[in-house]
Amino acid sequence: MENSKNLEVFQAKIDAEIKIEPKDWMPDEYRQHLIRQMSQHAHSEVIGMQPEGNWITRSPSLRARKILMAKVQDEGGHGLYLYCATETLGVTREQLIQWLHEGKAKYASVFNYPSPTWADMGAIGWLVDGAAIVNQVSLQRTSYGPYSRAMVRICKEESFHQRQGYEIMATLMEGTAEQKKMAQEAFERWWWPSLMMFGPHDGDSPRSSNAMKWKIKRETNDDLRQQFIDKTIPQAELIGLKIPDANYKLLENGSYETSDIDWDEFWNVIKGNGPCNTQRIKQHAAAHDNGQWVREAAIAYNEKKEQQLKSA
Amino acid sequence: MSTDNQGPIWEVFVQSKPGKPYKHVGSLHAYDKEMAIENARDLYTRRNEGTGIWLVKAEEIVSVKSGDEESYFEPADDKIYRHPTFYNMPEGSKHI
Repeated sequence: MENSKNLEVFQAKIDAEIKIEPKDWMPDEYRQHLIRQMSQHAHSEVIGMQPEGNWITRSPSLRARKILMAKVQDEGGHGLYLYCATETLGVTREQLIQWLHEGKAKYASVFNYPSPTWADMGAIGWLVDGAAIVNQVSLQRTSYGPYSRAMVRICKEESFHQRQGYEIMATLMEGTAEQKKMAQEAFERWWWPSLMMFGPHDGDSPRSSNAMKWKIKRETNDDLRQQFIDKTIPQAELIGLKIPDANYKLLENGSYETSDIDWDEFWNVIKGNGPCNTQRIKQHAAAHDNGQWVREAAIAYNEKKEQQLKSA
Repeated sequence: MSTDNQGPIWEVFVQSKPGKPYKHVGSLHAYDKEMAIENARDLYTRRNEGTGIWLVKAEEIVSVKSGDEESYFEPADDKIYRHPTFYNMPEGSKHI
């Protein structure tokens, strides 16, 4: 009885576009859905530091290095905003990290692809961050207050990421034949994985229905993917990149039709068989373990100072 | 205390310009005040978002319990005489 009244109040708030805040009553399924989605989002930001961190020491100029460092630092910051927002749901940071290391929590599969050339830094910023922006702009209107506020903050910072990536690609496309080839190959490596970032077709997405009813998600996977395709194809053509899809065509309504995604590859990478899955988690766990002495030292230092305050 | 402890949660408030109110922007983990301030600067003011930062340990914050809002805030509803628009001003009166 109590529960059904609570559920009614909850749904009425959602329908009236009133955000749900941490201390409000919420269905357990809503809480669990958010913990899963937000922690996955946080992990993606942090794991996403790896393919780009890989190029900081090899960036082609001081300007490029400063930019890349700022971008990777932003990704770490985005991870932290999201972890804090997730913690408002009553789960600890330690638990979230443990689930990541145990493979119980996922992160965006796109970060399981390698970044072998400098052009990959361009393609990641332009395409991967570009796809993330489309998704995150939509999530600014999500129903959970702390998640929505984190998204607003992240979106403000994210557009520099996409622009710096597109600038790298445009610069390479004005360069030598070898540089153009490098850009085209990176584009081909990241085009399909970035389309996969929006997830399965809506009919095949097991958790869509409640997520839409509760306004955790505001737009469907396929709609968001289409928005990204329609923005990106003209950007690619403008700088002379060829779309790696023999069947794509511009429709009369200004939208593009594209081939279907290779869903076998998609599920295979999600299951952990992508080129870099093992390496990404191993590296994260190692960084976490190597930082243990820092956490211990910080705790000991704080305890010592509190002791001094008491005896003073 | 487990060795994997990330420190207590602090709530962060940033003042965007001198004279403006401090606004809640998010939270972070830190082991002490000094680290909290440094982390807040690095996390929440990388792009000149602020001229001031306040930090409060989350456990120190008191707030109205969810569900108690009605009994706390409803009594204000029937006191419309607290608003200037409640009063009838004579026709033609100015600057009031």
